[in-house]
Amino acid sequence: METAEKTLDEILTLAAAHFKVPREKLFPDEDFFKALGIDSLQTLDLLTKLENHFRVELPDYELQGVTDFRALAAKIQARL
Amino acid sequence: MKQFEGQTLSWELKDGVIELALHREPLNEISSLTLEELEKFVAVLGGLSHEAHALILYSSLKSGFCAGADLRELYQWIQEYGQSEVAKHAREYLERIHAVMNVLDMSPLTTIAAVHGVTFGGGFELALTCDLIIADKMARFCFPELRLGLIPGYGGIPRLKRDLGNAVVRDLLLTGRSFNSTKAQQIGLVSQVVSEGEALRAARATAMQMAKFDRTTAAAAKQFIKQLPLEELKREIDIFCDLISRPAVQAGLKKFVESTDAQPYLP
Repeated sequence: METAEKTLDEILTLAAAHFKVPREKLFPDEDFFKALGIDSLQTLDLLTKLENHFRVELPDYELQGVTDFRALAAKIQARL
Repeated sequence: MKQFEGQTLSWELKDGVIELALHREPLNEISSLTLEELEKFVAVLGGLSHEAHALILYSSLKSGFCAGADLRELYQWIQEYGQSEVAKHAREYLERIHAVMNVLDMSPLTTIAAVHGVTFGGGFELALTCDLIIADKMARFCFPELRLGLIPGYGGIPRLKRDLGNAVVRDLLLTGRSFNSTKAQQIGLVSQVVSEGEALRAARATAMQMAKFDRTTAAAAKQFIKQLPLEELKREIDIFCDLISRPAVQAGLKKFVESTDAQPYLP
């Protein structure tokens, strides 16, 4: 089973690659909408990427109110 | 006529396969104009069917297959017709779009939806008219209508129930959640999941396979196994029209149309 920190690191790496943002410019407690410059449709893309990568199913209503990478990682970690 | 270039969609018959491409920015929202162009297409589909064995529906937009009904147009109708008249207008519109969807559903051709990205609401319902859905890894499926105080109105619930059963419909409809291609394949909705950007290629390969079969036999097999859930389709229109004139719907649409929220598409 992956640790929470490893999950968080993989999310940051995956988001950076998908949205072509330098990995070193993304931080765990940062608002990912602002950091990645993404809208709701791109958020769905990110959700799909994460579900495919971690092989989990994350209902999108669980993302309501989730704005930073650490909280997102916790949601995924809870389903690994 | 073997090809058509419209403002919202285009189609072409080539080598026995009709390919219909949706291309209305930003995400193929189904508007009155889309419906008019779909009506033109189904009006000639019967004639084209004598020269074809397969029909592929896809989106040429990178953003996805289709986000569903044009909610801004729907909101304008409510403003224009008022809550007392909007149900009558909605019924006329839904009967037209159901007529189109029913022709696609019952076409003697083998039909394939090649989807990627957002496949929501009316877009999902359009894909559900097809015999096969081929999805790339980034496709997502959703019925977000309850969020607006409505139910899906383009025949999606009866078709999904026909194809997969009531439990799947309840999950999608009552939670409003979206799910990805992998889940869609697990429950039997999607026949093939392919790499990002490969859905159309896979659909063409599948259509090529179908060219090997006798058309009369393939059409008879489809007619045997796939029927229209007509009573439920009619009931769906009734329920939609009962719901649309309520203030809650106007409020839901207004919220969506005026939203600056970063997550308007998240259920």
